[in-house]
Amino acid sequence: MNNNMDYVLDVKNLSTSFISDRKEIRIVKNVSLRLRRGTTLAVVGESGCGKSVTVHSIVKLMPKNAKVSADHVIYRSAKDGKEYRLDQMEPFGTEMRKLRGAEIGMVFQDPMSSLNPVYKVGDQVAEGLIQHTGMSKAEAQKQVLDMFRKLGIPDPESRISDFPHQFSGGMKQRVVIAIAMICNPDIIIADEPTTALDVTIQAQIMELMKSLQVNDHKSIILITHNMGLVAEMADEVCVMYMGRVMEFGSLEDIFENPSHPYTQALLRSVPVLGLAEGQELGTIPGITPNPADLGPGCEFADRCPFCQDRCRQKDIPRFEVSPGHYVRCLKFDSFQEVD
Amino acid sequence: MAEKELIFQIKNLQMWFPVRKGFLRKTTGHVKAVDDVSLDVYKGETLGIVGESGCGKSTLGKTIMMLNTPTGGQVLFNYEGQFKDITKFTSQELFQFRKKVQMVFQDPYSALNPLKKIYTAFEEPLKVHGVNSKEEREKIMEDVLKMVNIQPDYLLRYPHEFSGGQRQRLCIARALEVRPEVLICDEPVSALDVSIQAQVLNLMKKIQKDLGLTYLFIAHDLSVVQYMSNRIVVMYLGKIVEIADSRALYDEPLHPYTRALLSAIPVPQIHQEKKRIVLPGEVPSPIRKPAGCALHPRCPHCMEKCKQVDPVLTRYKDGEHMVACHLYGAES
Amino acid sequence: MSSQTSVFEQANKKHASSLLRKNIRKFVNNRLAMIGLICVVVIVFTAVFAPLLTSYDPNKISLGEKNTSPCMEHLLGTDNLGRDVFARVLYGGRVSVFVSVMGALMGSLVGMVLGSMAGYFGGKLDMLLVRLSEIFQTFPEMILIMILVAILGQGVGNLVLVFCITGWMTTFRMVRNEFLALRGETYVQVCEAFGMPKAAIMFKQILPNVLSPVIVSATVNVAGFILSEASLSFLGVGVPSSVPTWGNILNAAKSVEVVSNYWWLWAVPGGVISIFVLAINFFGDGLRDVLDPKQQ
Repeated sequence: MNNNMDYVLDVKNLSTSFISDRKEIRIVKNVSLRLRRGTTLAVVGESGCGKSVTVHSIVKLMPKNAKVSADHVIYRSAKDGKEYRLDQMEPFGTEMRKLRGAEIGMVFQDPMSSLNPVYKVGDQVAEGLIQHTGMSKAEAQKQVLDMFRKLGIPDPESRISDFPHQFSGGMKQRVVIAIAMICNPDIIIADEPTTALDVTIQAQIMELMKSLQVNDHKSIILITHNMGLVAEMADEVCVMYMGRVMEFGSLEDIFENPSHPYTQALLRSVPVLGLAEGQELGTIPGITPNPADLGPGCEFADRCPFCQDRCRQKDIPRFEVSPGHYVRCLKFDSFQEVD
Repeated sequence: MAEKELIFQIKNLQMWFPVRKGFLRKTTGHVKAVDDVSLDVYKGETLGIVGESGCGKSTLGKTIMMLNTPTGGQVLFNYEGQFKDITKFTSQELFQFRKKVQMVFQDPYSALNPLKKIYTAFEEPLKVHGVNSKEEREKIMEDVLKMVNIQPDYLLRYPHEFSGGQRQRLCIARALEVRPEVLICDEPVSALDVSIQAQVLNLMKKIQKDLGLTYLFIAHDLSVVQYMSNRIVVMYLGKIVEIADSRALYDEPLHPYTRALLSAIPVPQIHQEKKRIVLPGEVPSPIRKPAGCALHPRCPHCMEKCKQVDPVLTRYKDGEHMVACHLYGAES
Repeated sequence: MSSQTSVFEQANKKHASSLLRKNIRKFVNNRLAMIGLICVVVIVFTAVFAPLLTSYDPNKISLGEKNTSPCMEHLLGTDNLGRDVFARVLYGGRVSVFVSVMGALMGSLVGMVLGSMAGYFGGKLDMLLVRLSEIFQTFPEMILIMILVAILGQGVGNLVLVFCITGWMTTFRMVRNEFLALRGETYVQVCEAFGMPKAAIMFKQILPNVLSPVIVSATVNVAGFILSEASLSFLGVGVPSSVPTWGNILNAAKSVEVVSNYWWLWAVPGGVISIFVLAINFFGDGLRDVLDPKQQ
């Protein structure tokens, strides 16, 4: 049990499908992942791989035409030591609302549209606090000031009563992080937090998130497509393709011993600074398939150089190639199969 | 590139957009998107232009293409050894110039008219440029599609039936139809996924080799630019701060901004201890540029002189490497 | 090369605008829109084929049969001059539908051309046209129409012209705003980079993309013009009273005596106008749902 408390979030066999045009399309398929307390888990993959849908399914922020099912989604709170079964809660019930924001904070991709342009940023940050703790506005403002100071927003006393359009992109993203952080949640889910920002600003935001993880022992789920960010930020990595976790392992497992053909190909296709002249990037042939057209078997089969007939027959199980390093590929069928 | 032949010579190019305010729309200031940029482009090379959003790199591309009318300076283009200033072209000359220089845009999703079949979108530029017989047009269309590995019968589809990578390949193919000498690529892969990015980049390299094209490769991602380019231009707030050979820029970045930019890029390798230079603050608005060197409020090496005198782009150790920074000022 | 062309044509057939088929299916599934479409089609057909449906001349006065209530001989009775109301409604539909549809089409056309120019070129031309449309819009429409009728005189053609002059502003504003947004699209820049003529970019590239809201607003305008025609004719400034239109038929119902004793004289044309306007509105709504790309 004590061992279990290490994992602040434990997701087993989460599946999500969307119903569109009377057809059910599976977007997330049997995703299992665990987030260790005080670490960063990076969920990496290309657009349409289901990485955003996965975390949105966990916090149950889904549109009406989505169907979510899971063996379990457990959140273990450090504040009261209790286990919460997120999968059994009503999406917009009181319990779930209490957890969102207070225990699980979220940072979205586009800081421009995450803030309401007609309210002062200070009020927007304070709102979560007032909602969840019922404290007075003046108290909340004080906490917001502290948070702004902590997140390195210069001149917080005057900035607090500014409107979003008076902030630059990087500063807006800091405000969004402040909103996510204000109730002191255990988990921060950051969905492509720097994609809309410049590299030098991205560096600032990433330093900030790292310091939140190290100094405040936050657990972070970082959703990104940028392998560079993964290498700098993550402790554990979850590589997704077409709704499936293709490979899951520690940072070292993924970067030094990438096992799934997709992970290998992905790492080879990223341009790295300082490549020697004439060195070619590796490419993944073909195009990302449409999730509605996928046949049985491995999702990557059509683009995989190692594809065999048996890859296309049935769902590929997870193999544990080394402790905590799971791969969904039949190349590793000599290893222990885990569910 | 033994004998380097110039194809473009850009002299003091200036593109200021007026900022109008109030009822009478009085001009209250200027966005100095491109401010006094001088640049040589050689035949057959890939010149990378890199910088953060708002540094004027896209505007520079569009101004060279004459999609904006520059407010000052000259752009000389090499017509078989004769340099002509395209900023003074008549509309007929400009129309002919369009065959020499083409552009690939950032967003492949809006670069194709959603209501038109690819066939129509490919046919129109050829018709405009006087390829009158249908057979000839279809021959050209087939040829360019072969170059980007797209089957000719895809021409009869609508844009929404293609993925982002395919669309960008189509856009490249369409630009090649008029047999340009120069291709200006404005963030051609930034809207694409990583695995598709590599496909398109490699394809562009191959096309360049086959056709002997000159590329102006504009992007915000230094690692992509470095992969593609022979030389790199670094821009900050409408000015060039450094020009160098792509290898030299990586090995020995001179300008403090280039160094910060290089260090800010996350590298997909682990166990790499690197020192990150974080520039404090944010890029100022191009309407209110700081006096002197534009970087001075954020620069870790700021000196008294930097606040007053704008440094000029000078050769470093008399080589190809050029930098605009007082740290390397040879004179005074 | 010919084999190549045939490959193109084969593929063309296979791919024959799946978009269009999807849109048609969507429209057919919209029950209200289908009802609207059917009503519109029926009314237009009966108006066009009026001579086949009735043997009466709509203008033939037969004082011996005046104010007959509906019976087998006169399906919808006769008016105070003994003219057959059924025949008059059928023939009247010809003029009313023609005037409103033509008015809406012409108005949309003018609005589209001016809107394209204002939106694409911007600057002084844009400012001038926007001010002009504002002047037209702020002027009370009915008075404007009456002034124009007074200047131009009565008549079917003049009424179309009047509707065109008073109805171009909504389309103009819509097209202009769409153009402002679409001018920045990359495909427009691509065309400019190829040096295509401005008129071609405007009308061949951008305009098709703004067509769907224009079509929808045109249907709404048709409904509005039907009503305007009816009220103008009722006021005696529309189509000359010798020509049967739905408004002119209603004109007979000006007196209290008619309203209270001869219901068929006002209920029938009134009902037809209401049904037609409703049907057109339903049809327009359905079209909007189908054509609006944001709802795809």
